[in-house]
Amino acid sequence: MALPNKPKGEITAVVNPEIVEQEVDVLIIGGGMAACGAAFEIKKWAPADMKIKLVDKAALERSGAVAQGLSAINTYIGENPIESYVKMVRNDLMGIVREDLIYDCGRHVDESVKLFEEWGLPVWKKDANGDNLDGAKPAKSLREGGVPVRTGKWQIMINGESYKCIVAEPAKLALGDENVIERVFIVKLLLDKNKPNQIAGAAGFSTRENKVFIFKCKTALVACGGAVNIFRPRSTGEGKGRAWYPVWNAGSTYTMCAQVGATLTMMENRFTPSRFKDGYGPVGAWFLLFKAKVANGLGQNYAAPDMAKPELDKFMPYGGSPVTPTCLRNHLMLKEMKEGRGPIYMATDVALNAFLEDKKAKGMDDKEIKKFWKHLESEAWEDFLDMSVGQAGLWAGMDIEPEKVGSEVMPTEPYMLGSHSGCCGIWTSGPNEAWVPDVKNDSRVHKYKWGYNRMTTVDGLFTAGDGVGASGHKFSSGSHAEGRIAAKQMVKFCRDNASFKPELKQTAQQIADEIYAPVKRYNEFVGATTAADVNPNYCKPAGLMMRLMKATDEYGGGVATYYMTSGKLLNICLDLLRLLREDAAKMAAGDLHELLRCWENYHRIWCVEAHIRHMEFRKESRYPGFYYRSDYPGVDEANWKCFVNSTFNPDTQEWKCEKVDCINIVSTDPWL
Amino acid sequence: MPSYVDPSKCDGCKGGDKTACMYICPNDLMVLEKGEMKAYNQEPDACWECYSCVKICPQGAIFVRGYDDFVPMGGQVHPMRSAADIMWTVKFRNGNIKRFKFPIRTTAEGKANAYVGQTGVNLDDECLFLEKELTSPK
Repeated sequence: MALPNKPKGEITAVVNPEIVEQEVDVLIIGGGMAACGAAFEIKKWAPADMKIKLVDKAALERSGAVAQGLSAINTYIGENPIESYVKMVRNDLMGIVREDLIYDCGRHVDESVKLFEEWGLPVWKKDANGDNLDGAKPAKSLREGGVPVRTGKWQIMINGESYKCIVAEPAKLALGDENVIERVFIVKLLLDKNKPNQIAGAAGFSTRENKVFIFKCKTALVACGGAVNIFRPRSTGEGKGRAWYPVWNAGSTYTMCAQVGATLTMMENRFTPSRFKDGYGPVGAWFLLFKAKVANGLGQNYAAPDMAKPELDKFMPYGGSPVTPTCLRNHLMLKEMKEGRGPIYMATDVALNAFLEDKKAKGMDDKEIKKFWKHLESEAWEDFLDMSVGQAGLWAGMDIEPEKVGSEVMPTEPYMLGSHSGCCGIWTSGPNEAWVPDVKNDSRVHKYKWGYNRMTTVDGLFTAGDGVGASGHKFSSGSHAEGRIAAKQMVKFCRDNASFKPELKQTAQQIADEIYAPVKRYNEFVGATTAADVNPNYCKPAGLMMRLMKATDEYGGGVATYYMTSGKLLNICLDLLRLLREDAAKMAAGDLHELLRCWENYHRIWCVEAHIRHMEFRKESRYPGFYYRSDYPGVDEANWKCFVNSTFNPDTQEWKCEKVDCINIVSTDPWL
Repeated sequence: MPSYVDPSKCDGCKGGDKTACMYICPNDLMVLEKGEMKAYNQEPDACWECYSCVKICPQGAIFVRGYDDFVPMGGQVHPMRSAADIMWTVKFRNGNIKRFKFPIRTTAEGKANAYVGQTGVNLDDECLFLEKELTSPK
């Protein structure tokens, strides 16, 4: 008998936590690549007396999307014109992007990569014979003109197991240990009492001790990643944790910014990557480095130009690119699956053996071939071991050796993010420079610049990485660079607003009561039943998350319907989300870990609502392969080649969606 | 592929100021049961199998067992991480073993140059620290 009911976690939550209040000039919320970029850069511009703190819900050394490591850096401009980078991103994201933000990222990103290498990140190089050297071999650095190993036009290979540790170290060093607060989860932003539309602080709680933290600040950076576990995943048991994107990204960035009135953009965009089935290991190196091909169940290379062209021609100019946009690659795969020609397999065996055949044909002897194979095999496994160990574990459990047998590829459940091959996020100002369009409109919702680069439509509130919308393909390096961009602007904002003294609308006790509401509810009602998780007075976060994922999967275009939805289904989804939002106020937490899960789920519900609202508003199917609307199939260039921006009004509690002009900055002729 | 703790090796990091796995887990999963002085993964279905706890454990007490909803039993992937390299052992269900060693870092830990004390030039342009000039689109 489990009675009496007791909290599950090791750190029991108390009803009345201690309240810690701090006042700073700059608050950095998050600990991933963007936040680390900001932490490093900001001290280069801030006056000595400026107070800066970084608050991370995890430990900086292993937090964010790069916690596990990476095997490649996907954005390094190098020898390419930045304009080509803009064109690539524009085409991959079906034409609707902020070219100013992308160009700006492109002109700063290489400096971040050179810093990573200088800090100790091993970057693969080409030797004099054109063969690959791993990153620890002596070679010229990128700064000295060393030649990286390119897999695609923009990607370079690294030995990246410790990528995040290496980037976090100088961030912490620059800011000072005492200014990095770990294991505090910021859950809401706070507006100023006197100055309208101005950020004045943020609040959250410690996951280690019963303390609520309330910060006052003049300016804040919110960089807490994208959103995961928002749609029902393909694995719903233990494997639920094997999300493609980091499972701890709960949409906090979008929700917290939206709730104080920051305008969102392109929230209808989502990313459903195609990855190795179940383990969700990366396919990029297999396609690009090892030149592997995919085939349908009949053994046909359905993605080859001759087979794919008729379908891709329906989506011009986007379908005409030599590198097919990510969503259209999914679209081709889904067509095969839906028409019964699955499963889709990647021929890893054919690809690896082709390298060996090539060396044999060139006269390499057996001993040399053996050595070459050892290196090739090692490169293939490193791709997983650096960034997706679970895929290696799956291959080990299935006795899969990639040189002997291919592996199945499958599109995953949908994710929301702004830094990878997706572009949902927050509408921000671009650089305050003449080449950025000066839109004649009084509202920031329609403008491209309003003084501070990467500032949201709320004064003093900045974002970066997954937070900045309509500008995908930043990846790890671009997110770091974007954090650095925002950091400098925050210092400028503080200088320009030196007399501003933040004051909060709520009392500290009101804020603490709101944050600890799930703990109070738990303690009030836990005795009402003989099983702590089943109680008519409250719901537990684990159950609420399953309810959210069921609603989105069935009505919002999840895997259950092959990503198909419609206006009718989306409106049912919105009704279910309204009920979820109401019931979220009845979540209960007996311990601090459960309190963390309560607030993460609250953030998830809100950001998914924005996603569904945007999908409902956009009357077309802009991203075939990511989602489809049965009532508006096809891309409608005449009516919908525009941004969709939405704003939640914190005073009236109402949402407003609107169309916003998409302006090209980089030449459209030629398109690519 | 949730992590699990071998109780014969885990000492709860006693004597240290923090429990290593609890300190590092990005998803707040690893916790210390103070009575027994042993750590455990409190929410296996939220484990990303990022191996942060496995890599940091000073006792080598943490391992990973494949997700029970799709990984057949018997395989195991386990790392040994040093200051400059990581050595992976991949054990297959059929008993085969492969080992791979990769560099992880070319500088000593703690030696990354944070350029402490150095400052940028002009707060009113768009150049970041160390950048001297910027292009605009052609």
